[in-house]
Amino acid sequence: MKRRRARPGSIRRRLTLQLLTGAAVMAVVLFLIVFSFARQIGAESQDRILAASAAAILDATTVQSGDLRVDIPYSAFTMLDNAVDDRVFYRITQDGEGLTGYDDLPAARRADGDSAGFDTVTYRGEALRLATLSRLVSIDGTPARIDVTVGQTRDAQAEMLARILRMTVLLGLGFFVASAGLAVLAGQSTAASLQRLAGSVSRRGPADLRPVVAEVPREMRSLVESLNSLIARLSGALNRTEEFIAEAAHRVRTPLATVRAHAENTLRRVDKEENRVALREMMRAIDESSRAAGQLLDHAMVSLRADQLELTPLALRPLVRDVVARLRPVADLKDMDLTFEATHEAEIMGDAILVQNAVRNILDNAIKYAPSETPISVVLTVQTSSATLTIRDLGRGFPLTGSDRLTRRFVRGENASDVVGSGLGLTIAEEVARAHHGSLSIANNEGGPGACVQLSFPLR
Amino acid sequence: MRAIVLSLALSLLAQTLTAFEIEEQASFPVPDPTAQLRVISTADAGLFTPFIEAFQADNPGVAVDYVMVSSAQINAALAEEGERFDLAISSAMDLQIQLANDGLARPYRSMATDSLPDWARWRDRVFAFTLEPATIVLSRDAFDGLALPRTRQDLITVLRDHPERFEHRIGTYDVRESGLGYLFATQDGRSSETFWRLVQVMGGLRPQLYGASAAMIEDVATGRLAVAYNVLGSYAQLRDDLGRNIHIIAPEDFTTVMMRSALIPASAQATEAAGRFIDHLIETGWTDGGGRFAFPGITPGTMAQNASLRPIQLGPGLLVYLDRLKRRQFLEEWEAAMVQPD
Repeated sequence: MKRRRARPGSIRRRLTLQLLTGAAVMAVVLFLIVFSFARQIGAESQDRILAASAAAILDATTVQSGDLRVDIPYSAFTMLDNAVDDRVFYRITQDGEGLTGYDDLPAARRADGDSAGFDTVTYRGEALRLATLSRLVSIDGTPARIDVTVGQTRDAQAEMLARILRMTVLLGLGFFVASAGLAVLAGQSTAASLQRLAGSVSRRGPADLRPVVAEVPREMRSLVESLNSLIARLSGALNRTEEFIAEAAHRVRTPLATVRAHAENTLRRVDKEENRVALREMMRAIDESSRAAGQLLDHAMVSLRADQLELTPLALRPLVRDVVARLRPVADLKDMDLTFEATHEAEIMGDAILVQNAVRNILDNAIKYAPSETPISVVLTVQTSSATLTIRDLGRGFPLTGSDRLTRRFVRGENASDVVGSGLGLTIAEEVARAHHGSLSIANNEGGPGACVQLSFPLR
Repeated sequence: MRAIVLSLALSLLAQTLTAFEIEEQASFPVPDPTAQLRVISTADAGLFTPFIEAFQADNPGVAVDYVMVSSAQINAALAEEGERFDLAISSAMDLQIQLANDGLARPYRSMATDSLPDWARWRDRVFAFTLEPATIVLSRDAFDGLALPRTRQDLITVLRDHPERFEHRIGTYDVRESGLGYLFATQDGRSSETFWRLVQVMGGLRPQLYGASAAMIEDVATGRLAVAYNVLGSYAQLRDDLGRNIHIIAPEDFTTVMMRSALIPASAQATEAAGRFIDHLIETGWTDGGGRFAFPGITPGTMAQNASLRPIQLGPGLLVYLDRLKRRQFLEEWEAAMVQPD
C-alpha cells in the first residue's frame, strides 16, 4: 500500500494513519503467531502419528521360544497414509544390529535414557521426520534392546503449512481491512466533534456573543474555554464602542445645538447687515457640522450594526411613512412637496434602525440638493421577490461620469461643491442595502432633470 | 495406414546376458523413430499388442520395446540392476509402491492423471488403470452334481466333503515365487481368517502350485485341475475358447481386487513418450476401452455395483508384507499349511 505522509493540518488523516499503522503491525503479529503456532501443532501431530506407528511395531515384537519375532501390523503403515502420499521408511534394530527395514536409515537422536526421540534428517534427498522408540526384551535371559525407527517425508506437512499460510494471510488481511475501516470511522468521528463545535459557533447569529456551551470531548474543553474568553473580550470591546458612539453623539450634538441657539438669538438682536451675514454663515457652518457629526455617527452606527446584523421581520410601509413624516418639516422649509405612495405592504427581514437611517439619508440628500418648490416623491413598489423604494427629485441629478464612486466614503458629486455635505449619505444607504442583501442604484430621471435613487430589499 | 512391423521374439527363460530374467520380448518398431519407449511389464505381450498399436497410431514416431518379466524381476531390474526402462507396468501393487517409496519412480502429472481419484494414484508416481478381481476358477466337469461354491466357506465345505474328488486337483499360486500370488494371499490373510482355514484344507489335498494365472486356467480347462484359487479373472475371461469347460467365481464374502498400475522409473529417458503412454493407459482403462484393451478397465460404478469387491489400497500399508521378517513369517505359516508332508 502506498502511504503518504500526513499533512500536519489534518487531525483525521493523522489519526487514521496512526491507527492503520497500528492495525498493520497487529495483523503481522497475528499472522506470525498463528502461523508459528500452526506449524508447531502440525509438527507435533506428525510426531504423534510416527510415534504411534513405531509403538505399534514395538508392540508386535515378541520373543517366541528364544526367537525374536517382529510382526509389523498392517495398520502401522496405513496410519501413515495421507492425502499427499508421503514416503515411509522404517528400520528395526536389535542392540544396534539391523533386523529389518531400510538398513541405511538413521535413528533419531535421543537424550540418554529417553525411550522416545524425534528428529528431522535428510534421507535419500528428502527431509524426513523420524521417530525412534525403544524397548528392552529378554531373549533367553539376556536383555536386548529393540529400536524401532519410523520415518516419513514432510510433503503433507508442507502442503498443510502452505494451506495454513494462505489462510493466515487472509486472516491477517481481513483483520487489517476490518481495523482499517474502524480507523477511518474513528478518524471521522474525531473530526466530526471538531466540526460540530465549528458548526455551533458559525451558526450563531452575529450579535450572539454568548459563551459556547456545546458538549465537547474533554480534550477540546480548553479550546472552548479559550474561545469563550475571546468572545467575552470581544463582546466587552463592542459594548464599549457602542457606548462610545452614543456618548460621542451626545457630546458633539448638544454643544452644537447650544451654539446654534445662541447664534439664532444673536441674529435677532443684530441689525448691521454684514454682522447678520456673518452670523448666518456661522449658523450654516454649525448646521453642516451638526449634520456631518450626525452622519458620521450614523455611519459608524451602520457599520457596527451591519457587522452584527440582527434581522427581524420589518414592515417597510409604516417605517418609510414615519421617516417621510419626520422629514416633512425640513422639506416644508424649502416649500418642497414630499409625497409618499405605497400600494402594498412590503415585509422584509431587516434592522429597523439601519433601514430608517438609509431612507433618511437619501431623502436628506434629495431635500438638500433639489431646488426649492420642487416635488420629491417616494414610491414603494413590491416585486415578486423584492421591495423597491424609489426616491425621485427634480434637482440637478448626478454627474454622468463617476456616479459609481458616489457611494464611496467622503466622495461627493462634482456638481455639488456649492452645497455643504459630508459625502457620507449614499455610503450609509449603500452599506445598509448590502447588509440586507439588497441593492442601491443611483441614476438620473429619464428625459428630464432630477435624480432617481432606488433602494431594494429582498422580501421576507 | 502405417505399417507396423511386429516381431515377437520369445526368448529363453534363462537368459544369461542380463541378471534379471526376461520371459518374453516384443518390438514395435516404426520407420523413423523419434523416441524409443522401453516398457517392462508383467503382462503377456500379446495382451498389450492392440493397445500399443493404438498408441502408436496416435503417437507416430514412438518405437516400443516390450519386455515381459515376473513382477519380482521388475524390482530386480530397476532397483538392483539399474536397467534403463521408460515405463514399468505391473500387477504387483506392493512392489510398485515400494519402487515409488524408495525414490525409483519419477513424478508425472497430466490432465489424465489429475482425473484419477485419490485411491487410484500414489504420489503422482503410481497410476492404476485396471480393476482385476482374484477369482476362483472351477472345472464344470469336476463339480458335476455338486452345488457351485459362492464363498470361501462354501469352497472349504465342498473340499472337505469330497476329498477324493479334489486330491491333487487344486491349483493356486506358489506365493514364494509369484509376486501377485503373494500379494493376493497376504491381502486375503489380512481380510479374513477364513483364508487360513482354506489354505489348511487345500494343503491337505496336495495342491499344485503355479507361477502364473494362465497356466492354472489352462489346466482347469483340460480337467487336470478342478479348482484354481486366486486366479486373475481377467485372464480367465479372455479365454473364450475355454468358456464351456470353466466357471469363474468372484467369492461373495469378499473379492480381492488388484489394480494394474504403471510408473515411470527413475532411469527413464523417453519420459515424455512414457507420460503419453500413461495418459493412454488411463484413458483406455477408465473407459470401456473400445476393444483395444485386454483388461477390465475401471468403469464408474464398478465398485458401487458389487459391495464385496475389495480393491487393494495403494499406499504405504503394502510395504508391510514386503518386510523381510514379515514375509519370512508369512511364508513359514503358508508353507506349514500348504506344503504338508506326505
